[in-house]
Amino acid sequence: MKKKADRRTGGRADGDPRRKVLLLELAHARSGDKGDTANVGLIARKPEYYPILVKHVTAARVARHFKGMIKGKVERYELPNLKALNFLLHGALDGGGTISLKTDAQGKVFSTALLRMELEAPR
Amino acid sequence: MSRSASVRTVRIAAGQGFWGDWLEAPHRQVTGGPIEYLMMDYLSEVTMSIMQKQKSRDPALGYAKDFIPLMERILPTLVERRIKVTANAGGVNPQACARAIAETARRLGLGGKVKIGVVSGDDLLGRLDGLLARGHELRNLDTGRPLSDVRDRVLSANAYLGAGPVLQALAQGADIVITGRVTDTGLTLAPMMHAFGWQPDDWDRLAAGTVAGHTIECGAQCSGGNCLVDWDRIPDLANVGYPIVEALPDGTFDITKHPRTGGRITVAGVTEQLVYEMGNPAEYITPDCIADFTTIRLEQAGTDRVRVSGVRGRPATDKLKVSVAYFYGYKAVGTLVYAWPDAYRKAKAADRILRQRLLDLGLDFGEMLTEFVGADATHGPLALASTPPDDLPEVQLRIGVRSPDKAAVERFTREIAPLILNGPPSATGFAGGRPKPEEIVAYWPALIDKQLVEPCVELVDA
Repeated sequence: MKKKADRRTGGRADGDPRRKVLLLELAHARSGDKGDTANVGLIARKPEYYPILVKHVTAARVARHFKGMIKGKVERYELPNLKALNFLLHGALDGGGTISLKTDAQGKVFSTALLRMELEAPR
Repeated sequence: MSRSASVRTVRIAAGQGFWGDWLEAPHRQVTGGPIEYLMMDYLSEVTMSIMQKQKSRDPALGYAKDFIPLMERILPTLVERRIKVTANAGGVNPQACARAIAETARRLGLGGKVKIGVVSGDDLLGRLDGLLARGHELRNLDTGRPLSDVRDRVLSANAYLGAGPVLQALAQGADIVITGRVTDTGLTLAPMMHAFGWQPDDWDRLAAGTVAGHTIECGAQCSGGNCLVDWDRIPDLANVGYPIVEALPDGTFDITKHPRTGGRITVAGVTEQLVYEMGNPAEYITPDCIADFTTIRLEQAGTDRVRVSGVRGRPATDKLKVSVAYFYGYKAVGTLVYAWPDAYRKAKAADRILRQRLLDLGLDFGEMLTEFVGADATHGPLALASTPPDDLPEVQLRIGVRSPDKAAVERFTREIAPLILNGPPSATGFAGGRPKPEEIVAYWPALIDKQLVEPCVELVDA
């Protein structure tokens, strides 16, 4: 049986370096849509977390995270001035806006789905 | 730290972030403290086609109708405090919207005291065939296909105009500027250009005004609404203050809100709004300029006050975006709620049974999507992996279908309710009745040469 993951105590960013940390601990996020593409803006909770995000939350890693949920590629842009990364998730919305049959037709909560990601030893 | 408002400051308050936003917000913005402009954003891709449909039934409609009672409530205050309004509430019929406002003003005894500017020229529906005939293919920005593919199903076509025509209306003395498809950001940028005399090639300042517009165009989404960071410590959202841009001539501005309102304006919250619906942050393209969001500097300049500076811009492109709405097909979504025990397994069984029945009926839907609300609707397999769904107290089965065939979608809607009595046990939540097949209006984003679109500015006296 799968072990139930703890939402909040996956490990602290400044704690034991060997433990996993939930992205939610390091960042907050907001998402929106452009056609069939969802965007997720990922924002470091502290400036010192931003390099961790840049290093670990790569486009490839995000594409793996959303495997089965998006049909297209993932692009990543960096906003060091805002300590933020912007991800474009193509083919994420079942056709987008009005066409989509999804509850989240406008990608409003892809942001929180990304925050479920677990990072390895981000020190 | 908050600087005192002088003649050199212009305050632009956001009153609506979308068609359907909080009706109290505009009134609170014009009465809660000093402002010079009230900006209201009504349009999205979906609203344009709804308005077009309304106009085809009644030529006097086609704009945001609820804008009129809202204006009726605040017009006396607008006149008394000399507050100007920029709003794209005109939809596909800004002239009719302006006439309705003028009538309202006269009825309130404000005749002769309100000048209304009307911005149109964005509507390309009547010109489409001519454009296509002259070789403007209006290719879909996502798929590359020419518009001729769907020409016979087009419902509306509008170019996105920028701040230019809004500025022109203000320069001609308009107190209220009603527009068709003007960009959300142009409604905020134009007052800044008007107040400060910014030139149309002053790219950095235009970019700054564009960033200001983007920050407040979704209303309270930058002042505490839909804010994830420390969301449960944001004070008094019941009384949330909508955002206000306090702009200076050099292009720096503060995001703030009226005193004694709820919500919260912090760097973290404003950052969330800045990245909302973001594409390439170095190239935020509007009709007015290209704003570079990687140059924005944010600083907490006081309680509920974020200072924005450093914004750089580049010259605008020679294209305008066009949004074409066209008929795509039909869809329907049906739901049933299953209760513990085995709620998730029952919902999954019901889904299998329903799909089998639709197959047996010979109904083949191009698209069919099942979600289990309470288990996987928002986070999909990520949620199922971390939260085993076996013991959930309830699960909503949500099935959607999409097809060009209305009869097939109609038949689908009749297959949901029977499951209550002839499917897995403990189903409920069907009080709303059978779902209705819905027409799907889809969007076709394209570009058009700027020179082919001529914005039109008229002035109407109330």
